[in-house]
Amino acid sequence: MSEPKIVLEAKGVTKQFPGVLANDNVDFDLRKGEIHALLGENGAGKSTLMNLIYGLHHPDKGEIFVNGKHIAIHSPNDSIAAGIGMVHQHFMLIPVFTVAENVMLGDETTKRGSLDRVAVAAKINKISKQYGLDVDANALVGPLPVGIQQRVEIVKTLYRNAEIVILDEPTAVLTPQEAEDLFRIMRDLTARGVSIIFITHKLKEVLAVADRITVMRAGRVINTVKPSETDSAQLANMMVGRQVILTVNKKDHEAAEEILKVEGLSVRDQRDLETVHNVSFTVRGGEVLGIAGVQGNGQTELSEALTGLRSPTSGKVTIGGKDLTGKPPRIITEAGLAHIPEDRQRHGLVLSYTVADNMALCDYYQIPFSVRGVIQPKALDENSRKLISAYDVRTPSPFVNAGKLSGGNQQKVIVARELSRGNVKLVVANQPTRGLDVGSIEYIHSEIIKMRDRGVAVLLISAELDEIMALSDRIAVMYRGQIVAIVDSKKTTREQLGLWMAGAHVEPA
Amino acid sequence: MQTEKQSISLTKKILQAISDASLIPFLAILTAVVLGGIIIYFVGGNPLLAYRGLLEGAFGSTKALSETAVWATPYIFAGLAVALAFKGGLFNIGAEGQLAVGAVFSALIGYALPEWLGFDLPTIIHLPLAILVGMLMGGLWAGIVGWLKAYTGGHEVINTIMMNYIALNTTSFLLNGIMKDRSPTNVIARTPLIAESARMPAIFDGLRVHWGFILALLVAFFIWWLLNKTTLGFEIRTVGLNPDAAQYAGINVKRTIILTMALSGMLAGLAGSIEVTGLNYRHELGFSIGYGYDAIAIALLGKSHPLGIVLAAFLFAAMRNGASRMQFLTQLPVDLISMIQALILLFVAADAIIRYIYRIKAKGERVVLTRGWGG
Repeated sequence: MSEPKIVLEAKGVTKQFPGVLANDNVDFDLRKGEIHALLGENGAGKSTLMNLIYGLHHPDKGEIFVNGKHIAIHSPNDSIAAGIGMVHQHFMLIPVFTVAENVMLGDETTKRGSLDRVAVAAKINKISKQYGLDVDANALVGPLPVGIQQRVEIVKTLYRNAEIVILDEPTAVLTPQEAEDLFRIMRDLTARGVSIIFITHKLKEVLAVADRITVMRAGRVINTVKPSETDSAQLANMMVGRQVILTVNKKDHEAAEEILKVEGLSVRDQRDLETVHNVSFTVRGGEVLGIAGVQGNGQTELSEALTGLRSPTSGKVTIGGKDLTGKPPRIITEAGLAHIPEDRQRHGLVLSYTVADNMALCDYYQIPFSVRGVIQPKALDENSRKLISAYDVRTPSPFVNAGKLSGGNQQKVIVARELSRGNVKLVVANQPTRGLDVGSIEYIHSEIIKMRDRGVAVLLISAELDEIMALSDRIAVMYRGQIVAIVDSKKTTREQLGLWMAGAHVEPA
Repeated sequence: MQTEKQSISLTKKILQAISDASLIPFLAILTAVVLGGIIIYFVGGNPLLAYRGLLEGAFGSTKALSETAVWATPYIFAGLAVALAFKGGLFNIGAEGQLAVGAVFSALIGYALPEWLGFDLPTIIHLPLAILVGMLMGGLWAGIVGWLKAYTGGHEVINTIMMNYIALNTTSFLLNGIMKDRSPTNVIARTPLIAESARMPAIFDGLRVHWGFILALLVAFFIWWLLNKTTLGFEIRTVGLNPDAAQYAGINVKRTIILTMALSGMLAGLAGSIEVTGLNYRHELGFSIGYGYDAIAIALLGKSHPLGIVLAAFLFAAMRNGASRMQFLTQLPVDLISMIQALILLFVAADAIIRYIYRIKAKGERVVLTRGWGG
């Protein structure tokens, strides 16, 4: 039997950005009906390669062939015409439009000058049925769960007759169940002749779903392998270029005195709905308390209330014995809080500020960064150089804008700033490794454990159960704004935690 | 050796940054001038003669230079006012009203304070006091809008426009009423002349350019220093670029919004105060001729950088000042100047046109001057 035909091929593609060779003579091919995973750390050049194929950038050198024909792609319109569709990590949907309206956007079907919603909806429902997508064409997009919104994006590509679908980090926003559904859909699509490029940095997913795996590092293709011929450790080595420790080594913890004490805390969100009800817990020095839960069960509001970004409606928060309920962020920070925020680009950084400025974002007003109200550039510079080397931040210089760094390095800037402060007693880390690469995750985990071993109290909020289980000494499960269980991490199982997360009433063992 | 190399590369970088920042405005001006020339030709004028007239009128003699500086003075203050607000993520359309408030109060202190006190004040007290009161009242006027934004979410664009109506109509009411110049020959809505002790001296005998011009340059430098070298400036810029991160970093966002607006209003108020104490020696209805609105154009053209604003203010001043000489030489209407100014602004605002004409590639990030509605 001959090899399936190659539907997409990139030959010798090179792309230079100022200061970075993002793609260095890259060869890549995609066969009909396969799932070809593109694996690599952030900044490895995966997204650049896809943007070249999708027409968002132009290669400096190299050629792209679709179905054996050389094509010049100047814009996404050209790639769409060539049958290539892309689902971006951040969805391009308009929440107040229906599924049908979103799908036809840019390619509207009209009947006598007005939109022909009926015909479009019929076509969408047909596609949806054919591929088992289960999308209702007349539903408003806004209230749909993230997993379904993602399917709307897939429908958009199929509606435009895409035979090649690029999925950019599709599981980053999904729950484990939603990810399983996505994998099933991906297999259905390939069974019907669609070819998929699956961009990710999650090793387990790649091994579970891909037909072939291409690993990229530093702009180059390292190797293309079959899942049956490799394992996680080998893939991780290829990605990072060195041995990677996939589990976190930590000593037994020696819990000291109570640092964070939360009593009967209730918080309302911006819609004025109470999303945290009467929550109480404590975190001791030298321990990590992990808060597990499916996203949207009040974790965001809880961490905002603890860090001063939101005022609680009732209850009490004390840090190191000091009552800090409803105090502004600066007071809480000065009392010893280090906060790694959930959304690093929204809260954690000013993207158009330099790395040096961002590294002093919370302390800019204090000596040595300011003297009598005047900023001391030299102190900012020295501080950033020290932190860049101590926390292994990969940046060409301290004067590069934070927005130019990769996600992992942006997060390292925040981690360095927060954990290096002199008086830290409590770390609140909310989704500290979301969307990051293996190397950065490994590094940030080890920094968190270092803080714990130094006797600092750590509150870790994460939707990744693996992360919670690897780092926590005790685990609290949050469901619908309440803490439904607090257990010793050694005395519980994934299954039990999963049941609590789903709201099942199980007595703690 | 290493440090020397570094300092050379730093100088190079700074020069590069300056040329990057000024490239689009420069090409916009060039394009507008060429296009203006074509239009002059088609309405039957001689473009070269017209531009010669413009240049002579603006720079051709010491008197012309002095008058250009006189025009530039309020433009610099008001341009800085709008730019400072831009840096803090706010769009201050109210410079015109704040300027009027500053002018009214400076005039009041200038003519009425000696009467109230019953004795004359020395210049060293009276003049600074007149300027200070005008400046602070301008700040207060804008600070109200800042407070509304911070505590009620009321958008500053709407509120500054509304405050303009209130300021301009109240000024009209005062200048026609209790503040009106009561001298028997006067029929104009204007205040009495301010006392000699509240007047700013001219720099040179026989020329109208006054010390307010020097003050404007100093204030421009001060604003650059404030924005880039102080903790307050860091707070203003952080709130302007990312209010969520500012809150996270412990900056009092509400206070910073009010303060930014108040500082912006103080600069606009200064524009009015300086016109009263340095040039007109009174406040007269309609003296401003839209300085506060031109200020928005100047801030945009100057890319909200104090040095850029000084240069843009000079350009606008030169065009306004040279226009009458141009009219004298070519019989072209003065309004032509407004048209060229509008073209410049159009090309700066829609810089894609300039990038397309001159094939300039966009550099990564876009400059966001202000956030959208409800931002």
